[in-house]
Amino acid sequence: MTDLTDLGVAAIRDGVRTGGFSAREVADAFIDKVSKAKALNAFLVETPDHAIAAATEADAARAAGEALKPLAGVPIGMKDLFCTKGVASTAASHILEGFTPPYESTVSGKLWDAGAGMLGKLNMDQFAMGSSNETSAFGNVISPWRRADGGNAPLAPGGSSGGSSAAIAARLCPAATGTDTGGSIRQPAAFTGISGIKPTYGRCSRWGVVAFASSLDQAGPMARDVRDCAIMLEAMSGFDPKDSTSLELEVPKWEQGLSGNLRGKRVGIPREYRVDNMPGEIDALWQQGIDWLKDAGAEIVDVSLPHTKYALPAYYIIAPAEASSNLARYDGVRYGLRDLPDGANLQDMYAATRAAGFGPEVKRRILIGTYVLSAGFYDAYYTQAQKVRTLISRDFDRAWESCDLLLTPTAPSAAFALGEKLADPLAMYLNDVFTVPSSLAGLPAMSVPGGLDTGGLPLGLQIIGKALDEQCVLNAGLALEERAGFVARPEAWW
Amino acid sequence: MSVDIATVKKIASLARIAITEEEAARIAPELDNIMGWIEQLGEVDCTGVEPMTAVIPNHLRLRDDVVTDGGVRDAVLSNAPQAEHGFFTVPKVIE
Amino acid sequence: MSDYRIQGATGEWEVVIGLEVHAQVTSNAKLFSGAATAFGAEPNTQVSLVDAAMPGMLPVPNRECIRQAVRTGMAIDAQINKWSRFDRKNYFYADLPQGYQISQLYHPLVGEGAIDISLDEKNPDASGKRIGVERIHVEQDAGKLMHDQHPTRSYVDLNRSGVALMEIVSKPDMASPAEAGAYLRKLRSILRYVGSCDGNMEEGSMRADVNVSVRKPGDPLGTRTETKNVNSVRFVMAVVEQEARRQVDVIEDGGRIVQETRLYDPDRNETRSMRSKEDAHDYRYFPDPDLLPLELDEAFLAECRESLPELPDAKRARYEGLGVTPYHAAVLTAEVETARWFDALLDAGAKAAPAANWLTSELFGALNRLGKGLEESPVSPTQAAELLGLIADGTVSGTLAKQVFEIMLETGQGAGAIVEERGLKQTSDTGAIEKVIADVMAANPNQLEQYRGGKEALFGFFVGQTMKAMGGKANPGVVNELLKKALG
Ligand SMILES: [Mg+2]
Ligand SMILES: [Zn+2]
Repeated sequence: MTDLTDLGVAAIRDGVRTGGFSAREVADAFIDKVSKAKALNAFLVETPDHAIAAATEADAARAAGEALKPLAGVPIGMKDLFCTKGVASTAASHILEGFTPPYESTVSGKLWDAGAGMLGKLNMDQFAMGSSNETSAFGNVISPWRRADGGNAPLAPGGSSGGSSAAIAARLCPAATGTDTGGSIRQPAAFTGISGIKPTYGRCSRWGVVAFASSLDQAGPMARDVRDCAIMLEAMSGFDPKDSTSLELEVPKWEQGLSGNLRGKRVGIPREYRVDNMPGEIDALWQQGIDWLKDAGAEIVDVSLPHTKYALPAYYIIAPAEASSNLARYDGVRYGLRDLPDGANLQDMYAATRAAGFGPEVKRRILIGTYVLSAGFYDAYYTQAQKVRTLISRDFDRAWESCDLLLTPTAPSAAFALGEKLADPLAMYLNDVFTVPSSLAGLPAMSVPGGLDTGGLPLGLQIIGKALDEQCVLNAGLALEERAGFVARPEAWW
Repeated sequence: MSVDIATVKKIASLARIAITEEEAARIAPELDNIMGWIEQLGEVDCTGVEPMTAVIPNHLRLRDDVVTDGGVRDAVLSNAPQAEHGFFTVPKVIE
Repeated sequence: MSDYRIQGATGEWEVVIGLEVHAQVTSNAKLFSGAATAFGAEPNTQVSLVDAAMPGMLPVPNRECIRQAVRTGMAIDAQINKWSRFDRKNYFYADLPQGYQISQLYHPLVGEGAIDISLDEKNPDASGKRIGVERIHVEQDAGKLMHDQHPTRSYVDLNRSGVALMEIVSKPDMASPAEAGAYLRKLRSILRYVGSCDGNMEEGSMRADVNVSVRKPGDPLGTRTETKNVNSVRFVMAVVEQEARRQVDVIEDGGRIVQETRLYDPDRNETRSMRSKEDAHDYRYFPDPDLLPLELDEAFLAECRESLPELPDAKRARYEGLGVTPYHAAVLTAEVETARWFDALLDAGAKAAPAANWLTSELFGALNRLGKGLEESPVSPTQAAELLGLIADGTVSGTLAKQVFEIMLETGQGAGAIVEERGLKQTSDTGAIEKVIADVMAANPNQLEQYRGGKEALFGFFVGQTMKAMGGKANPGVVNELLKKALG
């Protein structure tokens, strides 16, 4: 029999349905893998009981001849940004240490309702702020991948959903949730050779997800292939009256609509994404992707997104501004860490608690956000950034006049070594150069693995679609996947 | 414009994050660098451009005036670092 | 209209006053959560996870709160902004779980309007003034801190956290304590008419931030101070008086007024600087990214408009048009309960002028004696209308009516039934009255002689005797007429 942990979501779902194996066998296999992969530091909390309970229910339903739920028997990983009832949820920050939500986030709740079980809570960049997982208060996740140079330098799994990407790449779970504010699903997916999609802003409820930047935060699935992403996204999406920004729309049957045939579709290649100093391999992969989409029947067109260059600076005003306010609630009064030095008054307690509880990157962004919103600067920074955001969004609208999709690289480089960019925050921020514009415009975007660089590390291709057109994004992802034939996987060293 | 140590101390105080002199001295050039890079936004001509309000066209829904929540004091207080007699507690505040 | 002046050592000073009134919107649930708003619940029992700002919790606005704020705006003829949005006001305080208050700074729901005040609502000749309203915006209330429960700790109760408030910001159009008081009373009356706020100042449903500055007549505006959360009309007037005096003293002593937040201490009748809010000036307002812009459609606005009741000024004019004296019209419209009672009385068929007279004298007098409010009146508007009807059609005299009313108050019986049962009907039977008059004349020959000798003042004596002999049931008009004839 094959190793059950090599199976993806669809294969597990179908196998449990047809009785090829039991849900319990699947759960046990993954639980075992998780328990033996501590070296990756991908899981902050392991919840075998949760996974077993869901598996037991699936098996019982099958035994009773009942129709199985869409994700019956599928154990998954949950990014620790999602609040899970009765299970510690920290956003990988000391400031939430010991916090056990008495509530379940809408998205995680939907997954449990769909029959999925939880293997554990996944490590991440603290409050989802980071691109390498090095900002976690509980130690960085280490990518299961290693360079082919035999150097064994520990590599970044990407971020902020780096626990999710590492766990999937290492076959510790077939799928996981991620969240994406400026690229936090797509960049880690690219770094670890898996797929991930950020849907249109408003598809997935933000209720119960620890907020980073409310106008950008979107949950989405990460998995090994496009079909698995489609299945997961269907379960995670849907209108939630508890989130004022949730879209009141039916959830499309994305899995059913999957097709790698792109005849009649026009794919735009944004010329501004050809940035200076981009490794030749990235450029080559991009060209390869263009050829694959042509092969799938798509017409390729050259497009311009003139304000691309301003997306990152706009993002680094908007996201920190929102974050500085969203994170004001972590004050040591109602939950989490409290640091009360002797003789401290209330305001001293706040300052001490927040100094002790937030990591350096979180503090940095809170300070940037506080600065750009402070008296006298609001219009010059925040208002200007929101205007630029309008222009960026218009760029996309104009592009849609001549194409249906955009193809770009996901990240400007393959995974870098841990520590490599830590000293230079700006260099780290530049990781998001290709993912941020679509985040600012709220558009669906996906990363799929395209190949390996000469160092043997995965590289990703990004597809950006029109608002609400996740189907087209998934289909293009499938077309790339079918042609890339990406089967590389990291050797288990952990 | 440049971010100096005094500015860092001021915004850290606004953000209620205690920082030492050394931290302020270390953070100031870092923020100055980042803000310097952000300044390029000023180049963009935004005449007549409205700031983004809703990234995807959507309307603010209003809910009905019905009591559907509350009565969950235990849950509300369950994570409190310190709670007494049904209250959260904080160091005494002098108004 | 005000010639209020502070006499300082260097001459006269004017006072400039603006009020920011926080009025709790009448609603079952909070502005952004489904927790209840009732007053006086056990601590933290009316708190949702949203109100406690748990991680990942999100606001969803309550339609009724928006509706009531719009109706309030319409009631003061204000501009209603069909496009508005919520902003976050960021500051750290233990009564503010989110670390920000969701409010409206840049695009409030309601723009400019005005309120007409009278320095003495019950005096139609008192001078009046129009006070501008700058804006009304909707925002969240904060929780409550208790400082006296523990020696070293303050206790935090979030029951009020998230309750909807309207902040009604006046222009700096008031110039005396009396004007500030009149404005607050009139505003309260309007809110209660509209039903958007119960106006209960003791329970904190209405609080005013009092902005005061002083200047020499003709000078530009001086620096103002803001005295927070003043919770009665009397205290608002006291704050204006004390704060203006203090400012004049400071300036005349060579000092400067600092723009600051102050607190009123009613026990010592003085304001003092509020240390705890000192460095909270940089609120870093920005649009709340959890909420989309609030867009109101025509149907919503039409419903708001159509559901507005008749407001005090219009009602007063209508009553006067019905023949009610200006004084009575003012008294009847000052409180919405009185106006509603009076309207019910009119609906039940009573004639306006005598009804107004009866309500303000007989009914108020009786309720005063009984120590009851109008809402506890033992006599209903319908019952009162029946009584007034019996007076109007001559069935009972004014004197008899008073008796009937007393019985109504005691027994709750209807006027008609009482009159019937106790035979209190007034008679206009000329034969019966003539017979009694003859008897009275016969029994009082001296008085008759004096009267006929020119002492006309004795006419009243004969009326009294006749009425007495008839047990008060004779129609006074008929008695007068017949007496005149008989006495010659
Ligand atoms: Mg105020
Ligand atoms: Zn206010």
